[in-house]
Amino acid sequence: MESIVAFSALAAGLMIGLGALGAGVGIGILGSKFLEGAARQPELVPMLQARMFLMLGLTDAVPIIAIAFAALLMFANPFLGQGG
Amino acid sequence: MAGATPAEYIGHHIQNLTYGRHPDGHWGFAHSAKDAAEMGFMAINADTMAWSLITGIAFCCLFRKVAASASVDRPPRWQLAVEMVVEMVAGSVRDAFHGRNAIIAPLALTIFAWIFLMNLMDLVPVDFVPFIAAQMGLSHMKMVPTTDVNATFGMSLSVFALMIFYGIKVKGPGGFAGEFLFHPFGKYMVLFNLPLELVSFLAKPLSLSLRLFGNMFAGELVFVLIAALIPFWLQWLLAVPWAIFHILVITLQAYIFMMLTIVYLGQAHESHDDAH
Repeated sequence: MESIVAFSALAAGLMIGLGALGAGVGIGILGSKFLEGAARQPELVPMLQARMFLMLGLTDAVPIIAIAFAALLMFANPFLGQGG
Repeated sequence: MAGATPAEYIGHHIQNLTYGRHPDGHWGFAHSAKDAAEMGFMAINADTMAWSLITGIAFCCLFRKVAASASVDRPPRWQLAVEMVVEMVAGSVRDAFHGRNAIIAPLALTIFAWIFLMNLMDLVPVDFVPFIAAQMGLSHMKMVPTTDVNATFGMSLSVFALMIFYGIKVKGPGGFAGEFLFHPFGKYMVLFNLPLELVSFLAKPLSLSLRLFGNMFAGELVFVLIAALIPFWLQWLLAVPWAIFHILVITLQAYIFMMLTIVYLGQAHESHDDAH
């Protein structure tokens, strides 16, 4: 019982932390490339911006899904019912 | 309504109002997460159904009313808002969809406006409607349909069915099967192509629904956490910035669901035969 709780807490922390790490790096690269593109070709900014937000949403979803599952582990742990 | 501890309060707020058959045979509302789990398949989330229908009907009525009373000389303010949405969707469809199909643009508009309205329910204070529902005798009430994985999977599976339907209709059964068998590496690599294409095909509805669900569920959970852990006179300090940031998430997720629907249906209309 205690070990399940402890491992779930560790898992939740790792899910949020690693998800945020990857998405942070990814979105940082995305933003820097967008600014580079905008500086080179300012007339393309509206098109680039729409695509950037689309990619931002796609990238953003991965850590958010990890957070949702981590929250599930924290508040409604499905493993607690099984085993002892 | 509010539980004694923060964990109970949060658990109460992420529980749907489930109507179904209890293990002893009679039908009724579940009173706890355990009740709802025991109902198994014979259950329906009444609050998700109700709020998604309310927002869907609100969308239809609003757009119908605006379309019926549209005027060129003196456009009312609502008309300008609706025209902005319609033009944005029409532009996205024109950019991303190159087939000939009259249903794609209305479908995209419906998806965008409906998901936007369903997500918008997230900005209603977390205890407002559950409190009213509790006065009426309903034990649970989750207001945002898109924080229920059943609703998002319902929508993504409908899009999935349309992808299969149009894939077969446009390319024929043979062409549709050919997409899976011969696509990335030609016809001598069938055994390699099939699992690859099948996985990427099946991952589309999964990622489509989990993305929307995850974003809205996590957003709702942050609101509930703020309400559960912080004294009420300090809550605005965190809830207001999060709500303002959440306006972006709400619109972005509706836009992404719409855009990916257009792109996936566009792929169903495009043949890759010229590449070989």
